[in-house]
Amino acid sequence: MFTETLELGKLADPAEFREKLNIAGEDPTLLKEELRMMTLIRKAEEKIGDMINEGQIQCPCHLTIGQEAIAAGVARHLRKTDRAFGTHRSHGHYLAPGNSVHGLFAEILGKATGCSKGMGGSMHLYGGESGFVGSVPIVAGTVSMAVGGGLAAKMDNKQENGKNSWDVGVTYFGDGAAEEGSVHESLNFASVFKIPVLFVCENNLFSSHLHINYRQSNDLVSRFAMAHNVNYRVVDGNDVVAVAKATKELLDVARAGEGPGFLEVVTYRWRGHVGPREDIDVGLKRGEELQHWKLRDPIKRLFEALEAEGHMSEKDFAALNEDVATEVNKAWEQAEKDPYPETSQLLTAVYATPKGGH
Amino acid sequence: MTQYTYGTALREGFRHLLANHKDVFAIGQGLWSPWYVGSSMKDLDKEFGKDRVIDTPVSEAATTGLAAGSGLCNYRPIVIHPRMDFMVLAADPMVNQAAKWSHMLGGQAHPAVTIRGIINRGGQQGAQHSQALHSWYAHIPGLKVVMPATVADARDLLIASTLCDDPVLFIDDRWLYDQTDELPDSKDVSLHDIKPQVLREGSEITLVGAGHATLLNLKAAEMLKQGGLDAEVIDLRVINPLEYDTVVESVKKTGRLLVTDGSWETCGLAGEIIAGATERVPLNHFKCNPVRMSLPHAPAPTSGPLEEVYYYNEEDIVQRVHDMMNGRVKAKGPSSFEMTL
Ligand SMILES: Cc1ncc(C[n+]2csc(CCOP(=O)(O)OP(=O)(O)O)c2C)c(N)n1
Repeated sequence: MFTETLELGKLADPAEFREKLNIAGEDPTLLKEELRMMTLIRKAEEKIGDMINEGQIQCPCHLTIGQEAIAAGVARHLRKTDRAFGTHRSHGHYLAPGNSVHGLFAEILGKATGCSKGMGGSMHLYGGESGFVGSVPIVAGTVSMAVGGGLAAKMDNKQENGKNSWDVGVTYFGDGAAEEGSVHESLNFASVFKIPVLFVCENNLFSSHLHINYRQSNDLVSRFAMAHNVNYRVVDGNDVVAVAKATKELLDVARAGEGPGFLEVVTYRWRGHVGPREDIDVGLKRGEELQHWKLRDPIKRLFEALEAEGHMSEKDFAALNEDVATEVNKAWEQAEKDPYPETSQLLTAVYATPKGGH
Repeated sequence: MTQYTYGTALREGFRHLLANHKDVFAIGQGLWSPWYVGSSMKDLDKEFGKDRVIDTPVSEAATTGLAAGSGLCNYRPIVIHPRMDFMVLAADPMVNQAAKWSHMLGGQAHPAVTIRGIINRGGQQGAQHSQALHSWYAHIPGLKVVMPATVADARDLLIASTLCDDPVLFIDDRWLYDQTDELPDSKDVSLHDIKPQVLREGSEITLVGAGHATLLNLKAAEMLKQGGLDAEVIDLRVINPLEYDTVVESVKKTGRLLVTDGSWETCGLAGEIIAGATERVPLNHFKCNPVRMSLPHAPAPTSGPLEEVYYYNEEDIVQRVHDMMNGRVKAKGPSSFEMTL
């Protein structure tokens, strides 16, 4: 969908987009896998929230509950050879391409078995094998780096049937990140050099305690893509089908070597900026709005669509939830038992040399 | 006299400035937030209005640059970076601009801007949320750098920095916020009058630090006293420009110098103090080699047990002092060069 006005309009209105998804023409098997993935992201994060409350987790965790459809929908069209970069809020981006929950939990607990060997915690996740190059919490820090991932892919110049079939860089970032200069420099650069990169802006209307109305002149972040002649789509971020469809459209262009894409996905985080609290006392209208946004639940809306089309029953959904809960609990128990890194590890990974370098 | 914590003393400094100086305003991320900068700026926006206490977009470079610009145009802005790591994005307006304008325009243009960078580490926050980069900035001629260690200085150095016509980087540390003290009423202070100060007199060894390192030194000195050892503690307060007389006088007296720093060793503050002292104190005054304590040559880890060993504490300082007194200063760990071999 292209918006004509420079505003999100309905997309930012929690009274809209509550009905079940439109899944006409979609592959139900794929949708069920995505339903499972979104459930896994949510349950893993609910577990993290509970464990913070119990005092088992010390490192700061930014939860993505409510925003699960974005990671799942984008990941549908990513290859393991693509290069995705995340943020402080990247548990979903890490899990969606198939990285393990156990690796996430162990990392958050600072265990040697964590996905970053216990050196990074929640905000620094690694999943290189899956195409997830890494996530870090300096806001906007990875946006230009993903353009670099795209530039490298352009140089690789992958071909299929005599046509460009480039790998892509992917950068996930928030509406707040769009306030950093490097995002604008990156858009310009990617556009001028036709770099295969997908900018995924998760517009959840908030940066920490501040609503976007206090920080930007207008709530449609894609206006910056327009300014740089970058293809863009603006969709309901709580609709995995819409996210996946827009991702594909933009990636087809990028992989063909015809320029980057900007995907603005409108959503809302159900928990506070950091930690498990809902923070309904913080920021403009949040107390009121949150209850409404919960009715735009990306998981429930997908299930209702699958149910209406006869692909899944209440019972199947309950079984899926139970299955995921078991996986999550098992992963947690294992992570709890795992060892901490040796203290010598403090000094061994500072440089690639002598291990990997010259 | 009024009881303050380091955190509320900072707030009192802001209150004094905003109440008494119409040209002062505060700008930075989180200033309208209930939690961002702890107790140090609570409700200032309500007291002085959102026009003078301004919360911002996530735009460190522009925020700092515009403050430097206002500082050239009759205002005295204080920019707040809730974490020094984020302030790195504002390196250009600080290092290339604010620090240079006076000199490169013949001493005629002075950006009267104060940049508050908060050191905020521990709590398993990791490599990009832990840095203490004071030494970097103290390298730059034209940029004054102050590091309050005491409750009084939290308030008074903020006032002095803001009233100074030069750009000043004011660095406070969240690990100091719970210190308490009684302070007299606030008044205007001149940064020109601020020099290193002897916080505790002693005759056998000189402990030097700035910011949180000073607190550790004071705690260590107290422990050493229990063991019958008399340590002098010097708080640097201003690390650029550096005044050496206080340290030099002390080392001439004690003959031993230990400099502690809450950051890395290479090209850092501790090495600078030792170099400056050894250039000025005749060698025959030294009873043993000067020693520096700093962080391991690695970014901050998140894993609990690693974080535990990463930061040294007052007991580690005491141990190092005993080593120095006994003439058995251990060989250092690997140098940064050896780590790459
Ligand atoms: C350079 C930098 N500035 C400030 C911060 C503090 N900070 C962490 S997350 C965040 C909010 C970012 O909002 P947004 O990009 O919209 O992402 P969201 O948290 O909504 O997912 C801020 C300001 C930071 N980590 N890095």
